[in-house]
Formats: sequence, C-alpha cells, structure tokens
Amino acid sequence: MSVPRQLEFFVDPSRCIGCQSCVQACSECDTHKGESMIHLEYVDRGQSVQTVPMVCMHCEQPTCAEVCPADAIKRTGDGVVQSARKPRCIACGNCVMACPFGVPELYIDRQIMMKCDMCYDRTSVGKKPMCATVCPSQALFFGTRAEIDALRPQSTPTNRFRFGSQTITTRVNVMVPRSKSPPLMLDVTAAMDERPENRNVRLNVVGNSPSTIEPMLDPFAEVEV
Amino acid sequence: MAKIPVDELSIIQAYGPHLSASIRGTTSDEPEKLVKTHCCFCGQQCGIQLKVRGNDVIGFEPWDEFPFNRGMLCPKGVKRYLQGSHPDRLLTALQRDPTSPSGFRSLDYEQAIARAATEIARLQQAHGHGAIAVLGGASLTTEKTYLLGKFARVCLKTPFIDYNGRLCMVSAGAANKKAFGIDRVTSPWSDMIGTEVLWIAGSNVAECSPITTNYVWQARERGAKVIVQDPRITPIARTCDLYLPVRPGRDAALFAGVLQLMIEHGWIDREFIEAHTSGFEQVADYCRAWTPARTADVTGVPERSIYKAAELWGQAKSSFLLHARGIEHHSNGVQNALGAINLVLASGRIGKPKSGYGTIVGQANGQGGREHGQKCDQLPGLRDISNPDHRKYIASVWGVEERDIPGPGVDAYELFRKIDAGEIKGLISICFNPKISLPDSGFVARALDKLEFYAAIDFFLNDTARHADLVLPGSLQEEDEGTVTQVEGRVIKINKAIQPPGEAREDWRIIQDLAQALGRPKGFTFAGPREIFEELRIASKGGISDYSGITYDKIERQMGVFWPCYANDPKTGAPTPDHPGTPRLFEPDSFNPIAKGAGRFYFADGKARFNVAEHRTPVDDVDDSFPLFLTTGRVVSQFLSGTQTRRIGPLVKQYPTPRIELHPRLAQKLGIADGDWATCETRRGTITLRAMVVTTIRPDTLFIPYHWAGEKSANRVTVAAQDPISKIPQYKVCACRLRKADAAPGYDAKLEAQQ
Repeated sequence: MSVPRQLEFFVDPSRCIGCQSCVQACSECDTHKGESMIHLEYVDRGQSVQTVPMVCMHCEQPTCAEVCPADAIKRTGDGVVQSARKPRCIACGNCVMACPFGVPELYIDRQIMMKCDMCYDRTSVGKKPMCATVCPSQALFFGTRAEIDALRPQSTPTNRFRFGSQTITTRVNVMVPRSKSPPLMLDVTAAMDERPENRNVRLNVVGNSPSTIEPMLDPFAEVEV
Repeated sequence: MAKIPVDELSIIQAYGPHLSASIRGTTSDEPEKLVKTHCCFCGQQCGIQLKVRGNDVIGFEPWDEFPFNRGMLCPKGVKRYLQGSHPDRLLTALQRDPTSPSGFRSLDYEQAIARAATEIARLQQAHGHGAIAVLGGASLTTEKTYLLGKFARVCLKTPFIDYNGRLCMVSAGAANKKAFGIDRVTSPWSDMIGTEVLWIAGSNVAECSPITTNYVWQARERGAKVIVQDPRITPIARTCDLYLPVRPGRDAALFAGVLQLMIEHGWIDREFIEAHTSGFEQVADYCRAWTPARTADVTGVPERSIYKAAELWGQAKSSFLLHARGIEHHSNGVQNALGAINLVLASGRIGKPKSGYGTIVGQANGQGGREHGQKCDQLPGLRDISNPDHRKYIASVWGVEERDIPGPGVDAYELFRKIDAGEIKGLISICFNPKISLPDSGFVARALDKLEFYAAIDFFLNDTARHADLVLPGSLQEEDEGTVTQVEGRVIKINKAIQPPGEAREDWRIIQDLAQALGRPKGFTFAGPREIFEELRIASKGGISDYSGITYDKIERQMGVFWPCYANDPKTGAPTPDHPGTPRLFEPDSFNPIAKGAGRFYFADGKARFNVAEHRTPVDDVDDSFPLFLTTGRVVSQFLSGTQTRRIGPLVKQYPTPRIELHPRLAQKLGIADGDWATCETRRGTITLRAMVVTTIRPDTLFIPYHWAGEKSANRVTVAAQDPISKIPQYKVCACRLRKADAAPGYDAKLEAQQ
C-alpha cells in the first residue's frame, strides 16, 4: 500500500474561500481522534478575507524528521512524511519548532505530535485525501500533473520554498499565478473612489536558479498591507 | 392559547439548542450501508453518501460520481450527519403545559392528532374555514409541499397557506415569470465554464452556495472576467476583475446605468431584441435618465466602474449572470431582478451554450418548493390559482369541484398581520421558524401570542414552536424519501437512510393523519412519497413546470432530471417515455407548450419581455438620525434560522455567535474597537453584539448574520417593508445607528453561544 507517485497534491490559496470544509472533514478521521490536521488561517481578517489552507508539505528532506531525537517521523517510499509513530514519539516538540511551514502540533494530553499524513488511510488505497475531496473551491486539489495542467492554465505549480538560507523541496505543490503583473489588492474604499490609489500584492516565487532568489522573510505572508 | 408557557430559559434548558455529541462513530467503524442521497441544507443539493449503522447515521462519505458537486461539500454538508440521534430530537408529541418545568409534557401521538383535529374543527366551525392557516417551507421535499398545498385547499378548505420561500425565492420567481414566462434558471452550471464574463449580483457565493465557487473559479481559469456587485468584499469578490461596491438598495439604478451605456455604445444585440423580445423601447426610455453621473451618485459606484461594467458585459460574446438575495431581499426586489434580466436580454446571450442567467436558490427545495402549490397564489405545475382553466384541471386531478378550491390567500407576513387582527385564529406550521426568520420579529412574537391554537410540526423544538399548543414530531430529511429540485432545475432524489425514531413520523404521514382525524381522508391516503409523486406528475402535466415525464427510476438513472420533462411531446402529443428533461431553456429550436412554436420563450407570442425596472429608494432609508445602512445575511457554517446548525457542535464552534461587521473608518469615528460590544439601533429596536472591524465592508454599512435567536436575532431590528409584487421582505437594507454598548448584554452570561 502506497500513494502512487503520479498523484500529487496542489494547494492554490488564491482559490481559498475560508469555509473550513477541509478542517471539518479532516476532523472526521479516526486516526486523529476528532482533531483537524489542516491549518486554515486568515492572513489578516481586518484587511482581507484572504485565507490560507496549510497541509503538510511532505518535504523531500523533512526538517521535522531530521530534528526528531527519537526517530519517530518516517518518510515512506512514496514521499509521504508520516505522522509521529506512537511508540517512539516522546512529545518533545522539536518538530513543532523546526517545521518551516508550522505544520506539526503537539497534543500534550495524548503525549504525541500529530500532523497531516495526506490521508494515508485513503490515499494508499486509491482514494483522494478527504480535504481535497470536499474542498468547494478546489483550493486543495489531488490528482495528476496532466489534470492540473489541463484544469489550471492560469497558474503553475511550484514545490521549492526558501526559508532564510534553507531551500526546501516538497511533494506538495503550491499554485503560482502565471501572470507577471501583480494583482491589485481589492479594497472597498478604493473601489468607491473615482481615482483610487492602487495597492498591489507582492509575490516572490523561488526561481530555478538559486542565485536569482530574492531574500524573503515569509513565503506565506505575501499580502502587503 | 399560544403564549410561551414558561420562561424561555427553562424551555431552552429542556429542549435546546444543545450541542451534538462531537462525533457519532469513528471512521474505522464500517457502516452497515452507505446511502446515496443529498445534503439537507441549501439549494446546491450536493450529492453525499450517509454511513448508516442500525438506525443511526454515523458519518458520511463523499459521493464522487454525482455530477453537480463531484464529492465536494461545504462544512455544513460535512457535519450534517450530526443532526441525527441528537439529544434535542423530539421523540414524542408535546403539549403545552405551564405547570411543567420545561413548559411542555409528552403525549401520545394518536392523542395529539385527535386533539389537533378537535381544535381545528372547533375554530373552523366557529369562524369559518379561513380561521386556520398553514405555513410550509422550501426545505421540504416536493412531495410534501404538494401534499401540504392540497391539504390546505382540499381538507382544511382554507385559502391561507404560504411558505418560507416567501423570504427567499419570490422576487426572482416573479421577475422570471414576467420576463420569460417561466421561473427557472436558464442553464446548467456547467455552462459557466467557458463563458467570457460572469456577473455576480448580490450573492455571497462562497458562503451561501459554496459549491458554485468551483464553477466560478473554473470559469476564470478559462478566461472569464468576474464582476461582483456587493456592499461587502465577500470571498468570491476578493479576486474579481471588477468590484461594484453598491450602496444597499440601489441595484436597479446600477443596472439601468449600465444598460444606458450599453445602448449608447451599441453594445446590445439589436437583432435578438427585434426578433425575440418586446418592450425594449420603454426600457431604453427609462434608462436614458440614468447617466453615469447620476448612477454613480445614487449607487455609490464610481463612474469608471459603471463604464467598465458596461464595457465588459456589453462586448462579451458569452456571459452568465447570477443573482441572489442581495438584490432580491428588497422592497424593490422584483425590479432589481428585472434590471438584471434586462442586461441579459439586451445582450441576446441566452439559450445557448456557455451563456446563462439564474438566481441561486437558498433552500434545499427553493425551486421545487415554489412550483407545486404551497404558495398562496399557486396550484401545482406553477399554475395560477386565479386562472379558471388551471383551477378546473387541478380540481379534476384532486377529484373535487372547481368552486370548492379556495382562491388566493396572502403572503406569510400578511398572514401574521391577519393573526394579529384576529382574522386567523389557528396555525399549523412545518419547516418554518418565523420568529427568527421574519423581519421585525417582535411583531411576529406578539401575533403568535394571539393564536387560539397553534400546532407545530418539527424534529427539534424550534424557537417559534415554543409558542405551540401542540408539537408533532416530524422527520429529518434522512428519515424519509422524496424529490427536490436543486438550483439548476434538476430534480433529484432524497433517499431514506433511517426510520424516524420514537414516536416521530414522516411528515406526509402526519399531514394525512390530520386529514383522517378531521374526517376528510379523501385524497390523503397515499402509501408513500412515490405515490404522491405519481399524482404530482399528473397534476403538473400541462403546467409550466411539467414533471410528467419524470420518474424515480429516471432520476436515479440520469442522476437527476431537469424539468420540464414531458410524458407526451408538447408538439405532437406522442408519448415520450424517454424524454431526457431540459437542461437548457430557450434554445433556438426549442418548442414549449405555451408559445406552441411561435418562439423560444413561454408566452403565446414566444417573445421574452423587457420590463421597465424602476429604481425606488428603500423604505426606511438612511437619514440624519439613522445614518447607516444595515444589511443582513449568512455565514458559511450556519443555515437559515439555525434550528439544525445551531445544534451541531463543530459548526457552532466555527462561528459561535453573531457579530456586527463595520469598517475601521466608522469604528474610529464611533470609538469602537474590534471585539467591543456595540449596539445597533433601528426604528424597531436595538441589538447588542460584538463588533468585528474589517475593511471589507462599505464604511456606511453594517452587516449582521441572521441565524441566531432571541436577543441575538438580527430580525429584531429589520424592517417589515415588502416588495409590492413578490411580498419579499426588505432584509438587505434598513436605516440604523451604532454606538459602543454601555455594558455587556444580559444574555451573554446566561446563554451558551448557540442559544
């Protein structure tokens, strides 16, 4: 049982409507006892309705596993980084501190770290992850590269992320708009104005060549307010 | 005697809303069966599979094959299963009892039916048939709505039946009938994908009809430009190409201004207008006065955006326009919808692939529930209760004399005015919680107090049912079968997953038991929904919403059937058992039984009608003492009056209690910070909630979601103004003022978030 390589996870925050269907569906899974393993946050609700869903990115070299003193986090051959193995996890929280995406969470009451495992119980038997199945905006999509290319001509997947001097490659992709011109940030009062001042959204994408990478503090704090 | 028997807190303690147990089963529990059915909530009617074990729904599994939603679900759909086996579920009939601590005591179902019949008979003998009124709802299956309409007219012989679609679909319905002669969206949602322009007017798509979001995003992927008209930047508006921040209550003006520019620039389809419509010149005359300057002045949308809208819409080769309650919940609701339709007709982009128009229905059966006779002026098949031919046909189906069918009744709000005036003395309600959902709800509560007899059918003791003399335990959606017609006009099948628990009954049984106990069982002896549907097929035959060719089997085979679906070809009369239904209306070669080949639209001359869509200032508009607009609406995790969703723990947790949305500019002026208690006051009263300070709303507008009860109910302060044609209440605008609250409201310490 493994997740076929050609099936990939694609996250497109520009589609997200913040409905929490993914969160509610994730909490249905018995393997994590009513907890949701997906994070869904407003970037800044005061300024925008923009939300960002965050699943485990399933890194090629998972930092969480690298820092685990108990060797409790395993990456299976299909590229899925599994949640902590119960007999080994000592609930030290190293992984929680180290994950650049902020994914793992420590459950003190149960003395274990739990995180998204791409619905291994479903994906390893040919089903889609629950969040990507129910997601009404399909901000979370699970399928083949060919499918995403056909369905999403306006954007392109990327799976390289830069955190300080660390560049991380992941099994999960984030969709990036193909358009070179930055989108305008929509604002009610500007929209009411005959001559509004535009506010653009800044988007830095990690290039193929490391030398072209612009310094960036947080790849998910894209909205300049 | 329909006064609340004891203090409301005691009733709440006994009957809730309490929260559901968090999770019913575990996902490792293998269900005994998976039942393919649909969600019980909104008009999208997503396909879903319910996991059933014993007589419990223990979870869900996505239904990937159902074509509309392909497994997608909103949070309400995901958690819907938690409404079953709920601690608040009514398992017996209840009788009002002021001596009981909870205000009610259980009684035997048969006794309850007998008592209801006695009271109804007593009131009708003393005051005439019209002394009893019936209120239905658009979350009921079409079979139930059909039976309820028949029950009111044939068994109770009362003209007074109406339904909660009055708060929902009627403005769009009336406008559709005036313009097209038929009341249905024109096209399946798949026609959005590939369209050039998508105009979303007054619809918070992402929160109220979440599954439509993916259609909108797919349209964008194929290059569609998205125009959103809304006083708030809702999630669907966040990335739109053109945002029209319309001042609440000014939609018809905006449509007129845009059409004027289209006419000036020749961005209209003269050929189509000439060949397929009438009334354009009058509309053009009306629009002439709506210059960009005047339109901008009235609507609050800048001239540049009005021009841009006209340019985008006018020059497109294909387009789709969607609207919802945002433009319909107005005393000018029909005009607003007609204004939108005029833009569509002027473009000529209707009745072909990749183009369409439609209103997004709110309730599960918002479409089917308005077609088959629980509406005060209507008989099955979208027939008119005042039309002698229509009456004769339905009388023949029902086996009664035409003269014995009562005439038109009154709308749901007027019905409460008649209760208040003492003309209506008794009420039977099902699937309707008017004490929360009607505007100026203080009046509704006072009217309920005046009823001599009130029987409520429900599965939970809803807020209105606390006034009831008798409560009859009805069925949850998953406890019965039947059909509903979803947003696209697709008739689909709700399948039964479990039996009603305890003494609870399928609603159609309760209605038939009442008919039996009243001594008039004729016409109310159906063995089940399938039999009711068979009669409904005949009753709808020849009507505009013709279901005669639809069978349960065909629905299952095709995963839904779009009406009209004819048993006999409308042109030749030949039997058409394989008629597939009509996904897209008004296609060039289409034949309909009204136009009989004269044209595509459902009028004798086959032509669509332009209607002058006049802008009128809202009732209770802003002035110096009430300078702000108040608008109301939904949040994604709650549904309507919350009878179900305020009982589902994870949904309550997602958005526990209502807040007042306001812009930081206004907040600063009033000295209100995010999270402060704030009091919103209108001419009806006040409501105190926490403030939510966000830049995503016009600075002159407040927003309050309406799903909560009592002191948290937005409808305490909304205005009972109604559209003169559709009678829809003006929920989306009234004048108000706001101040920082003196103290936390009293309810905060006493009640849980959902109560």
